[in-house]
Amino acid sequence: MNIYKHEFKMNVRSVITWSVSLTLLLLVFMSIFTSFAKDAELLTKTLAQMPEQLLVAFGLTGLDLSTVLGYYSFIFLFCQICLAIQAANYGFSLVSVEERDMTADFLLAKPVSRTHILTSKLLAALTSLTITNLVVWAASFVCINLFRDGRTYDTKILFMLLLSIVVFQLFFLSVGIFVSLLMKRVRSVTSASMALAFGMYILSAFGGMLGGDSLDVITPFKHFEPKYIVANGAYDTPLVLLNVAVIVLAVVGSYVLYGRRNIHTAV
Amino acid sequence: MSIIEVNHLSKYYGKAKARGIVDVSFNVEEGEIFGFIGPNGAGKSTTIRLFLSLIYPSSGEAKIFGKDCIQYGPEIRQDIGYLPSEVFYYEGMKVLDLLKYSASFYHKDCSKRLHELAELMELDLTRRIDDLSYGNKKKVGIVQGLLHQPKLIVLDEPTSGLDPLMQRKFFNLIREENERGATIFFSSHILGEVQKMCNRVAIIKEGSIINIQDIKTLQKDNYKKIRVAGNGLDEARFAVEGVNNLEREDGAISFFFKGDINMMMRLLSEQEVADVTIEEPTLEEIFMHYYE
Repeated sequence: MNIYKHEFKMNVRSVITWSVSLTLLLLVFMSIFTSFAKDAELLTKTLAQMPEQLLVAFGLTGLDLSTVLGYYSFIFLFCQICLAIQAANYGFSLVSVEERDMTADFLLAKPVSRTHILTSKLLAALTSLTITNLVVWAASFVCINLFRDGRTYDTKILFMLLLSIVVFQLFFLSVGIFVSLLMKRVRSVTSASMALAFGMYILSAFGGMLGGDSLDVITPFKHFEPKYIVANGAYDTPLVLLNVAVIVLAVVGSYVLYGRRNIHTAV
Repeated sequence: MSIIEVNHLSKYYGKAKARGIVDVSFNVEEGEIFGFIGPNGAGKSTTIRLFLSLIYPSSGEAKIFGKDCIQYGPEIRQDIGYLPSEVFYYEGMKVLDLLKYSASFYHKDCSKRLHELAELMELDLTRRIDDLSYGNKKKVGIVQGLLHQPKLIVLDEPTSGLDPLMQRKFFNLIREENERGATIFFSSHILGEVQKMCNRVAIIKEGSIINIQDIKTLQKDNYKKIRVAGNGLDEARFAVEGVNNLEREDGAISFFFKGDINMMMRLLSEQEVADVTIEEPTLEEIFMHYYE
């Protein structure tokens, strides 16, 4: 319990920052929904004139920005990018920062097992991510109801979008840890997490542009594509299962790797 | 009972099989202050990190309190106090918070000892760790390593960064802990402090133990450092068995001697000397001998 508390305390400031940023993002984008929806026809025309590649890259194809959920799913993509960076950040830093700052020597010389340490750290990161998740839920409901301007939306689909966040976060958290444990040293947590999050996003965006299916398979941005969920009122089940499988493998792999890891002194 | 038992312990790093330590074996008995000396890169820290299962051995085993270091790691670390050579602690934390965090890992109430130690080492508990000087961080390390009154104290180059006054306090503290019953494993490249503190000493060179000896035996029974001054000394007369490192400076000869001291006395009496000194070599000089 002591490690969990300590780890969570170290995360508090970051959780607040991410939660506030996500709330602001939702607030700002949703606040202009009314004007968007009014000129939806004009907007659709304008968008039609843009090069298709550009639209695909920004996930603007097949979107109906005049409906509440159509518009929301467009913003939700940006939320996903933020959530991915945050989760990857926690993942990459979970054990690597201790090793970089040499506090690993302090912690691992204490009478606790590696499994216990990793579990506590994972739970602390998960708590931090869940708080952010709940803030996104609350902010989404509030912002949608503040700015929907009398338009209706299907609550069930909104729930489906929001429910996907937890798995989405877990993916980046667990892959982040796993990759960091494959490396001897993570030089920069920020660049690693940005690379993972944007890399996955770009794969999803450009995968769409190239029209191939192969790339979609690995990126959670496709596994939980907001556009797909809104259009079909369902998850793409095989892809979601694949996502969960990756999470399980990454977590199990992380325990194995961390259990065998040699903690080096800084050179 | 042996507190530490090391059997044919080896560690190679990475794919390149870089040498850490090679086939190291020794025992540390209960209540000992055991010195572990060697230059940087000899494998001192590697050995210690293997004790704490921070790293895993390539072959061989180490037992502490009769239990395997890896299998019973968490259990044995309950009674180990470790002071790493480089101390860095979570930034942004206050000294007291860190020490409390450290204490929270042990199944006993450490708060009284924590404050005692902090007072003794003149450590300000209210300061942030980031603001501390290197020496003060080292003090945090000392308090953190000793607050749970461990049965085995592992010190890795403990005195770097401490001023002489603090070093003395620290050594007194370690002696007190030893009198209380704690076994001390003291790794250092500073021979003087090992000489002052330890009962036995292991010398490690390029990953292998080259000698384990009682510190008194090491100093007394082996070598005498002899310096003879005088005009017209016959250097060749001293080239006998047991004489090492014979050096001639103007009007004086100095060398190390191991063997029958009476024979040496007779040899000296043949000479017309102005001055003779016979003294114990320092550990430093013995050590250099092993490193030739």
